[in-house]
Amino acid sequence: MEWARRLLAGDESAFTPFVESFQNRIFQYTWLMCGQREDAEEVAQDTLLKIFESFDQLEDPERVKAWVFRIAKNYCLMKRRKSVFAPDRELSLDELLPGQEGERPIQVADTAELPEGRVLRQELSEELERAMRALPDTYRSVVLLRDVEDLSTADTAEVLDLTEDTVKQRLHRGRLALRKSLAAYVEKAQ
Amino acid sequence: MTTHQHDKRDPACLEVFAKLSEYVDGELDGVECQEVEEHIADCPPCVEFLQSLKRCVAAERQFQGREECGPVPPELEKRLKSAWQAALARRHHA
Repeated sequence: MEWARRLLAGDESAFTPFVESFQNRIFQYTWLMCGQREDAEEVAQDTLLKIFESFDQLEDPERVKAWVFRIAKNYCLMKRRKSVFAPDRELSLDELLPGQEGERPIQVADTAELPEGRVLRQELSEELERAMRALPDTYRSVVLLRDVEDLSTADTAEVLDLTEDTVKQRLHRGRLALRKSLAAYVEKAQ
Repeated sequence: MTTHQHDKRDPACLEVFAKLSEYVDGELDGVECQEVEEHIADCPPCVEFLQSLKRCVAAERQFQGREECGPVPPELEKRLKSAWQAALARRHHA
């Protein structure tokens, strides 16, 4: 990432673009992982500070995104340890199987093809956010890094201290759970 | 041509079903990819399911949260710059 490389070289003009490129992404991640806006803002600010405090430890600017989200993940974990939260649960593949959904074909709306596309995309986005919040943490963290932040399987595994196989399994189950939630939403909306 | 039931009782669909995310992500090896493609070529319900999964993944990739954080407060920006400069100095002296 260009801004990180320039910051490492001491180029102050890269400071603001770097912050702007990560600030909202970090906040979005911490907000969806922490659940409370106040906590998310605090964790996002702590993350930003830690990033700059440890900038000398950034070894590969090409992988700055994974490095940033590893720091964010660690702060989210620290915040959660201080709060009361429900224990994680496993999503069983069985409960996500399509045969469980009844006779009617289930589809997530292809909003780009619908006349009220913008409104529906907004509604879909809101429903997706609700569905992501409802996912157990272990799945939500993988979905956020792999699909929303577009990290590779290898980078996601490194950020979350998981094997690549575990990332793939959790991503699949997380996606299936989201698909199921969104499909139910589309059905309700019809 | 056989038509599958596309539910958990159908072992062929179940096997494909477990691999669909890796298929969507292009992470299956050649043989597995071919097996999935051969199956879905003969299974319209699996194709339908695959399409809905792809649309869900596309929605995730375009996801923008409703909430945005405000601008970095000036005091924090000052601390970030100081921390960055201190880190660079350490790197320089290491």
